[in-house]
Amino acid sequence: MDILNAFVVFANFVLLPALTYGAQLALGALGATLIHGILRFSNFAHGDTMAFGTAITILATWVLQAMGVSIAPLPTALLAMPAGIAATILVVLATDRMVYRHYRVRKVSSVTLVMASLGVMFVMGGLVRTVIGVDDRQFADGARFVFTAAQFREWTGLTETLALRSAQVVTLVTTAIAVIWLQWFLKKTRTGKSMRAFSDNENLALLSGINPERVVVIVWILSATLATLAGVLYGLDKSFRPITYFQLLLPIFAAAVVGGLGNPLGAVVGGFVVAFSEVFVTYGFKKVVAYLLPAGLQPDGLLQLLSTDYKIAVSFTVLVLVLLLKPTGIFGGKSS
Amino acid sequence: MSVATRNLLLFLVVAALIVSTGMLQSWNAALAIVNMGLISAVMALGVNIQWGYAGLYNVGTVGFVALGGLATALVSLSPVAGAWPAGGWRILGALVFGALVIAAAVFLYKRMAKGFARIAALAVLLVGGLFVYRTILDPAVAAVEAINPAVQGNIGGLGLPVLLAWPVGGLLAAGAGWLIGKTALGLRSDYLAIATLGIAEIVIAVLKNEDWLDRGVKNIVDIPRPVPYEVDLQASERFLSFISHFGADPVAASAITVKLMYAGLFLVVLLVLIWLSEAALHSPWGRMMRAIRDNELAAAAMGKNVTRRHLQVFVLGCAVLGISGAMLATLEGQLTPGAYQPLRFTFLIWVMVVVGGSGSNLGAVLGGFLIWYLWVQVEPWGNGLMHLVTLSMGDGPLKQHLLDSAAHMRLLVMGVILIVVLRFRPQGLIPGK
Amino acid sequence: MSETANNTPFLIGEGMTGGYGGADILNGCTIAVEKGEIAVIVGPNGAGKSTAMKAVFGMLKLRKGSVRLGGEDITRLQPQERVAKGMAFVPQTENVFASMTVEENLEMGAFLRRDDFRGTMEQVYALFPVLRDKRHQAAGELSGGQRQQVAVGRALMTEPAVLLLDEPTAGVSPIVMDELFDRIIDVARTGVTVLMVEQNARQALEVADRGYVLVQGGNRFTGSGADLLANPEVRSTFLGG
Repeated sequence: MDILNAFVVFANFVLLPALTYGAQLALGALGATLIHGILRFSNFAHGDTMAFGTAITILATWVLQAMGVSIAPLPTALLAMPAGIAATILVVLATDRMVYRHYRVRKVSSVTLVMASLGVMFVMGGLVRTVIGVDDRQFADGARFVFTAAQFREWTGLTETLALRSAQVVTLVTTAIAVIWLQWFLKKTRTGKSMRAFSDNENLALLSGINPERVVVIVWILSATLATLAGVLYGLDKSFRPITYFQLLLPIFAAAVVGGLGNPLGAVVGGFVVAFSEVFVTYGFKKVVAYLLPAGLQPDGLLQLLSTDYKIAVSFTVLVLVLLLKPTGIFGGKSS
Repeated sequence: MSVATRNLLLFLVVAALIVSTGMLQSWNAALAIVNMGLISAVMALGVNIQWGYAGLYNVGTVGFVALGGLATALVSLSPVAGAWPAGGWRILGALVFGALVIAAAVFLYKRMAKGFARIAALAVLLVGGLFVYRTILDPAVAAVEAINPAVQGNIGGLGLPVLLAWPVGGLLAAGAGWLIGKTALGLRSDYLAIATLGIAEIVIAVLKNEDWLDRGVKNIVDIPRPVPYEVDLQASERFLSFISHFGADPVAASAITVKLMYAGLFLVVLLVLIWLSEAALHSPWGRMMRAIRDNELAAAAMGKNVTRRHLQVFVLGCAVLGISGAMLATLEGQLTPGAYQPLRFTFLIWVMVVVGGSGSNLGAVLGGFLIWYLWVQVEPWGNGLMHLVTLSMGDGPLKQHLLDSAAHMRLLVMGVILIVVLRFRPQGLIPGK
Repeated sequence: MSETANNTPFLIGEGMTGGYGGADILNGCTIAVEKGEIAVIVGPNGAGKSTAMKAVFGMLKLRKGSVRLGGEDITRLQPQERVAKGMAFVPQTENVFASMTVEENLEMGAFLRRDDFRGTMEQVYALFPVLRDKRHQAAGELSGGQRQQVAVGRALMTEPAVLLLDEPTAGVSPIVMDELFDRIIDVARTGVTVLMVEQNARQALEVADRGYVLVQGGNRFTGSGADLLANPEVRSTFLGG
């Protein structure tokens, strides 16, 4: 019983939150890593791209809610998301046309592209704040729980309990679909293969007649879609605030670097590595350990390695460790 | 038009903008722009040393600026009575212990053979070390924070003159820069950017949460000044008789005098730094730096240790950023960790450097003044524009929303400026060599 | 076969002069190859061998001279457009998609083709049987010689009329080198015209119908492979006795 109780506490406070957060990071890192694989620069505007997609989705959600449209128990935002995705795709394609293409054609160094992405980040951040403001926004509706803590306790009769929130299920299911689809797209379709070829060896791809501009357009579409997905799911799970999305940049980059920049599967794994490290290190294990140890050996402290105020330090530490020990990431990626 | 006249003209334009603010708004406001312009110029110099001299991409400027601010508090505040015996020494001990654990981990990593044993040993050492560290640290922190928490709760400072904090801030930032440079330099350039972004976030997190160190988000508001207070001036016979020659209002005159004094101090720092960096740039060291920047491979082939040179220049740039941070906290007379926003202290500085001209010290100074001026002025302009746009609208949520959104015009405008300059004048207003 | 002065050769780069900006690397050099034959460019380091071939493929802007394929002037065409005209190029290095499987490499070679290319793939596998066994393995995991086969196979997927090979045997062992040359003869026998640059001059001239010895971006000796091998001056200067 005690072991079960310990596991339930663990699942409720570590496993589920980390899985959900990891899935959100994985989607964000996928978008960033794809851009890196094809366009070969770290897109600092990615966090604000996520914020933009989410902001438009929230607006569309409000419109749908005002019209009385509902897909309860699912959140209305899922129905509104295509609008957010479409708007984000348009915006990133416009920025590519107006900003990045100029440098791509001239084959300038990636640092210039990174700098340009900073400019884009400013503009996107300004747009987001103009559209929706700087405040915290909750936009999750529909059923809040798949099952509540009280229900779980009733079913199991355990002392400890756990709740499964719908946002968590929606996140995990959506991420699974997106990752499997992307994997299929990259491995099985002609277009997907041409993208991998371009990422692998640009010159040879050109020799093979692969059209670079087409690859670039597709990678922006994918990246914008994934960014919006990641942003909306994060917002449904927690809440939407522009500055938070900017701060997601670090864990997302950390995830992409852990998996090896340019490596999509690596980005997914990296997302979970970063999320689990973060939740693990900032969770107080007192309760879990209390169930596992005999009565005489109860811990005094919280058994928390790091206060949640420093969760950003976790992604940073993961990043630094990877940079020090294996700069190409655990699955290999572009190191230069 | 010769380059020198053109540069002079550019500076005159910026000066005219600021003077017009003085005439149209108030001289106090104009001088406030000048002072922040001077500090911004120092920050831009720091970034320019890293970017313009060596092509190093530091996206964590805000962290190094904040460390400078922290130095101001730690140097100039008086020690809090009883804080050191209550827990100060113990905190110091905990920090030393933490450093030793990390050193031991590095030692183990280097000495042990690859494999499971090494991973296990490192994990045990680090997790165990962390618990011991927290056991030493936590009670001490609680003790310090319990001392008069409404106004103190921190360990205070050394009670030294605040001007001493400027070099100390430089040292503190240089130390952090060394750590991060040691890790991320020599890898691809994006990695340095990402790593600096991270260290900045952590520095800010520490400043916000470690109340024993700097009272966290409760802020420190009593950092001593290197110049007199306005009220003291207004009470001083000599000052009053001095300004009576001009027939000025004592309140306004005292405010302006204080700002002028600050401006004098900042100007000295700026000029010394410009002189130093110009001298460095034209020394053999500077020529080598530029050679490395222009062709890393060739320089490496000639036997230059590129990573080491990069580390030097990165640390120097961080030091300058730290100095500017200390100057900023001194000017404001307070340390407010919540105010260290990356947009304001990282990306804005980048806009200054790019607009001014990468690799050009004069350009950095020009960019510092010009962009700071725009940063201050864009918001009222945006407000005015939005009022104009919404003039014919009826009152309602949309009108209110548009009026509120004017506040975010700055972000948009700065982004557009950065993109446009990068695209159409990548060398900036005053190109570097 | 050298009696073709009246007919225009199938592929010819005539009087090519140019470089990558700066000084000219090619000085009026002429390279030609007849349909279904193998032509080889040899010469000392820095003679402009690879540059001459890149000029034929359009990767370098010519100041003077022209390139004609099947009588058509293609001097102004981009490399990609020349691929569409039936030319295929195998670079010396980084000539495979290392992270992709052998089969995917071949598919990418056929990227421009909208018809069914399985037949061509079968031909490539017939030519390079080892590739069929390794078709689901990443190209980056193969040995140097196998990689070169993937590279050639990828280029053959467009069913080119002309195959350009830049030092196909660089960095492979002598045994593998012999096998690669055999394969290249096989390719030529299927009717594909081959033009290649080679460091290993002796073996290359042995398989060549026509050989060009370049020195300082110009033609020094031209003749059939056998003639050049028999020429004492060529032997002593370029083939090491």
